[in-house]
Amino acid sequence: MKKTISLIFVLLLVMAILVTGCSKPEPKQEVPKEEPKEGAKTPEKKVKVGFIYVGPIGDGGWTYAHNEGRKYIEEKLGVETIFKESVPENQESEKVLNDMIDQGANVIFTTSFGFMDYTEKVAKQHPDVIFLHCSGYKKLDNMSNYFGRMYEPRYLSGIVAGLKTKSDTIGYVAAYEIPEVIRGINAFTLGVRSVNPDAVVKVKWTHTWYDPAKEKEAAKALLAEGADVIAQHQDTPGPQQAAEEKGVWSIGYNTDMKEMAPKAYMTAPIWNWGPYYEKQVKAVMDGTWKSESYWGSMKDGVVELAPLTDVAPPEAKEAVEKAKADIIAGKQKIFVGPLKDQTGAVKVADGVVMTDEELLSMDWFVEGVEGKIK
Amino acid sequence: MELVTSFLAAAIVAGTPLLFATLGEIITERAGNLNLGVEGMMLMGAVIGFQMGLVTGSPIMALLAAMLAGALGASIFAVLTISLRANQVVSGLALTIFGTGFSGFVGKELVGQVAPDSIKMFFKPFSLPGLGNIPFLGKVFFNQDLFVYLGYLTAVILGIYLYKTRKGLNLRAVGENPGAADAASININLYKYVHVLLGGALCGLGGAYLSLVYVPAWQENITAGRGWIAVALVIFATWNPYKALFGSYLFGGLDIIGFRIQGTDIQVSQYFIDMLPYLVTIIVLVMVSLRKSKRNAPPRGLGVPYFREER
Repeated sequence: MKKTISLIFVLLLVMAILVTGCSKPEPKQEVPKEEPKEGAKTPEKKVKVGFIYVGPIGDGGWTYAHNEGRKYIEEKLGVETIFKESVPENQESEKVLNDMIDQGANVIFTTSFGFMDYTEKVAKQHPDVIFLHCSGYKKLDNMSNYFGRMYEPRYLSGIVAGLKTKSDTIGYVAAYEIPEVIRGINAFTLGVRSVNPDAVVKVKWTHTWYDPAKEKEAAKALLAEGADVIAQHQDTPGPQQAAEEKGVWSIGYNTDMKEMAPKAYMTAPIWNWGPYYEKQVKAVMDGTWKSESYWGSMKDGVVELAPLTDVAPPEAKEAVEKAKADIIAGKQKIFVGPLKDQTGAVKVADGVVMTDEELLSMDWFVEGVEGKIK
Repeated sequence: MELVTSFLAAAIVAGTPLLFATLGEIITERAGNLNLGVEGMMLMGAVIGFQMGLVTGSPIMALLAAMLAGALGASIFAVLTISLRANQVVSGLALTIFGTGFSGFVGKELVGQVAPDSIKMFFKPFSLPGLGNIPFLGKVFFNQDLFVYLGYLTAVILGIYLYKTRKGLNLRAVGENPGAADAASININLYKYVHVLLGGALCGLGGAYLSLVYVPAWQENITAGRGWIAVALVIFATWNPYKALFGSYLFGGLDIIGFRIQGTDIQVSQYFIDMLPYLVTIIVLVMVSLRKSKRNAPPRGLGVPYFREER
């Protein structure tokens, strides 16, 4: 009997380690640097495009958005595409890459940060295949990295939230304490405060990208503390549903989440990969493709704000349109001084625009955020 | 105060899937069978219940389907361990792996879909007449959804069954000493089969709570290790349904407390909090074995296949 009990415990411990150990590694970014070099030569040829996804295409979020991009190029360019869902960010992804190359794929998009090192390794072994890696910073002659300035539409979504809130408290369900997420929270808060200087943004960390139950729970905690608008950075609609159940409002992420919470959802900063994917694949077909580090903006159309729903405050539309036009025209910068940190100390002096380098390593919250970066 | 009540009410909700799974595993183990397939059965119940809810829009059908799916998973285990007398630990683990794969396969098309409104309305929290108005306790315990009330009821019924009825006594005898029970002309295999399947059905319900009420949507591996916590909870509750009630809500609270203390001045790592349920179980286990009370000991026949010929 004792044996059985001890066996159970060993198993429990093993499972506990397995269960807690399997989380998505935290993406980091470095500054995209443009270096001149000989372009990888690809003579005009038939392309077969492979996509590797970290989640299921039905996640209604991150992977869904990438898959929409895949469908877009299939339709626009008539190229053949293959894809693999829910690929773990480990050695397995290398196997999947090699398998895709065996199947004849010669352009491969790897759409999660954790695939970076494996993509690099396989790219070195197959100089004739072109790789494009999303959200990383490594670059080879046949490997690009690409990402979007999500903070721009996040700022716009902050305007909507700031106009909507009645309690002047907005909840933000955050993923990991990394620059990408922190930047998003800061841009969102600046958007909120541009229309509602008294509002605060409360932040809770979940340390997940995809765990609806946990993310919903974090949103519920924020709602209990008085938030009446919920924003999020994960790939699931959990926080949206928490807001819907409480009868308050929400800002989504990744894709239009209207169906998930029709009574709460107002808008979402979303990805639109199609045009970028089309351009890249077209370049490969024409033989003009060159590897690059790409950080696309709202101007390029890679990131945008989803249409406002009827739930959004009526005056938000005009405010958002104006800010959007100014940002696209370059008249308005989001991270421009004076910016104060949480203690009220001036962090960025009046008129100074933060550089990309500073943005990519951001590790402090602006004034108006209630939460801690550990 | 407002924050405390809302936290406690949320802890009950978070503990409900654990409660069902724990109760299921308690009656399985009371029959002398250690079924480590809880996680698998929960997943099977979650995916089939959600599928049925989506197709029919009927909450009752969804719950029945979830119970059936859990029982189906348990039946694999039952045949292997009761009739074929295979190793229970290995069979249970196999069931977990099978259930995980099965649910991922069946649920592939369900990812991204939301439970229909008819189900959401059915499981909307409501105040129990009379009880719901009790200050504090009413807000915490009696302003919940139907599923939570079903949880209270199941725990109490199982408690009465185990300790106050003849059949419950027989069941305990089967778990403690199948040889003696057999000599008293109790049908060992029948008891084992019935309770293993019933246990599976309860685990399936626990899973269905996640996909139909808690989230409510299907997602791969939705249980996220809750099945293992339930296995630990059985020991924590010392095979007693009433204590399972307390334990589940306690563990549910531990599950969500991280978000509630974030932003306050208390600095605790989320990872430490994730570890707490297991730590608490180990402490309870140590305390139980130190006290050597027969009342709190596991069923003596647990994990041992019963051969009539080897008595």
